[in-house]
Amino acid sequence: MVITLLPLFLISAVTIGLLLRSWPILSAYSLKELLFGSIWKPSQGLFGFWPFIVGTFWVTVVGVGLAVPPCLLVSIYLAEYAHAFTRSIAKPVLDLLAAIPPVVYGVWGLLAIVPFVETFLAPFSKRWLAFLPFMAVNSPTGFSILAGGIVLAVMIAPLVISVVFEIFATVPNDLRFASLAIGATRWETIRRVVLPQVLPGIIAGIVLGASRAFGETIAVLMVVGNVPQVPGSLFDAAYPLPALIANNYGDMMSIPLYDAALLCAALILLGVILIFNIAATLVLKRFMK
Amino acid sequence: MLKNPWKRRHIIESLVRIVMILSFLAVAGSLGLILWTIISRGLPALTWEMVTQTPKGGFYMGKAGGVLNAILGSLYLASGGTLLALLFSLPIALYLQTYLETSAWGRYVRLALDVLWGIPSIVYGAFGFTLMIALGLRASLLAGILVLALVELPIMTRAMDEVVRRMPRDLEQAALALGSTRLEVSLRVVTRQMLPGIVTAVLLAFGRGIGDAASVLFTAGYTDRLPTSLLRPTASLPLAVLFQLSTPYPEVRERGYASALILTIIVLLVSFGSRWISARLNKYTIR
Repeated sequence: MVITLLPLFLISAVTIGLLLRSWPILSAYSLKELLFGSIWKPSQGLFGFWPFIVGTFWVTVVGVGLAVPPCLLVSIYLAEYAHAFTRSIAKPVLDLLAAIPPVVYGVWGLLAIVPFVETFLAPFSKRWLAFLPFMAVNSPTGFSILAGGIVLAVMIAPLVISVVFEIFATVPNDLRFASLAIGATRWETIRRVVLPQVLPGIIAGIVLGASRAFGETIAVLMVVGNVPQVPGSLFDAAYPLPALIANNYGDMMSIPLYDAALLCAALILLGVILIFNIAATLVLKRFMK
Repeated sequence: MLKNPWKRRHIIESLVRIVMILSFLAVAGSLGLILWTIISRGLPALTWEMVTQTPKGGFYMGKAGGVLNAILGSLYLASGGTLLALLFSLPIALYLQTYLETSAWGRYVRLALDVLWGIPSIVYGAFGFTLMIALGLRASLLAGILVLALVELPIMTRAMDEVVRRMPRDLEQAALALGSTRLEVSLRVVTRQMLPGIVTAVLLAFGRGIGDAASVLFTAGYTDRLPTSLLRPTASLPLAVLFQLSTPYPEVRERGYASALILTIIVLLVSFGSRWISARLNKYTIR
């Protein structure tokens, strides 16, 4: 009995531990200064998280935006169309994608995605899409939000696909048979009968993927450029919160309040992810019953 | 268009199907692309020296040596973390199913596990760091193992919970009807039936642990020496990749790619190994 207390205990321990250690900075500055301040100069006592928060936000949005359409189609395909044989191929593929360590994704991003953005996507956007907001190309390298987003999209794909696939499997077949029997095609059945049933679950699956992307550290920091600025375009470098924590752990004890600031960044991450996860899990649990 | 709606609907049907298959190929293709990139860039720099030697003087400037310290360090870290996580996750999973199957408390525990599973490893790393400071510990193999156990615990427990849930109820009831206590059913019947699933869960968590960099960055430290003591810092493969790639020397970066290939090979071996073992063990279960 006591051992089942462990998960709840761990969640509170992590939250309280980070809260205690970031208390010095939370009491020295107002929350508004910390969250919306845009200057990050720890040596001068300026701790503005805004550039990092915006960076995290954009990398996550691009990653999720790129991942969701193909992932939904793949899970619908696997759940509604695919033969058992195709599914038996898909499972190991997804398992392997999920098993590849973040740092290997980072190396792939460095070797393949960053040059791809630099030599192909950026010139393309400069030529054809520069008039759109967030599409201007100002940075000479491929280290960018877009590169981080592409890597993240592939990383969260197995999670999103498997969650959405399971949601589709909860819809009773009778509904499909009824719709097919009155002459609907399979796609019409999916769009008009199955999708409305599972929509909240799909959204929950996407939120889970987003929270995974939100906290991803190593793969993102290797390709996103790590420049503490408020990015104005997908081709700009950014500096997400997890990368901030990971890059500065070494020298954080030498400057006053620096360690508190970094642990406060971890606390912000934790807070957002707790909200995302609890909401998504509660929705998913309703389906799985 | 209204004259022959039948045709239009069927065109849409096949279009949708084609787009779906293309998406599937894109996902499978990106796996292929990742593996191909890592293998084609890592293989040329992968030498026997890489896996059998520790870094010599000037290794990070292109001199001789290998990453044996990181390979061993990662194996130690992940094995320790996995063992520790197993110690807690198996009892939790069994307890959840045997005693709390339908209770509200069981639902809360499962929710808590799901939430723990979603916490990113950098947050665990930062938390581990605060713990280390509070306890006056230095970065060490032990601290790394503790944090990895935290990262792995929810992954393993969730996977095991899933396995326990798929256990046939009849088998349990038959054992209970023969007069076993719930504990005996748990240990003698349920555990044996679930062995393949448990092995899969353990290896899944091990694979996740060995590739995790963000959590050990703070807690395990890094050293060029082989890990000898629980209380000393230890190297790990993901960090070895990261550090070698952050140098400006091309030879060192090449070796970084080779280290990434070594890590990928280990993870793939674990993944295939778990499939193979659970297929073997499945022979001895009742279905």
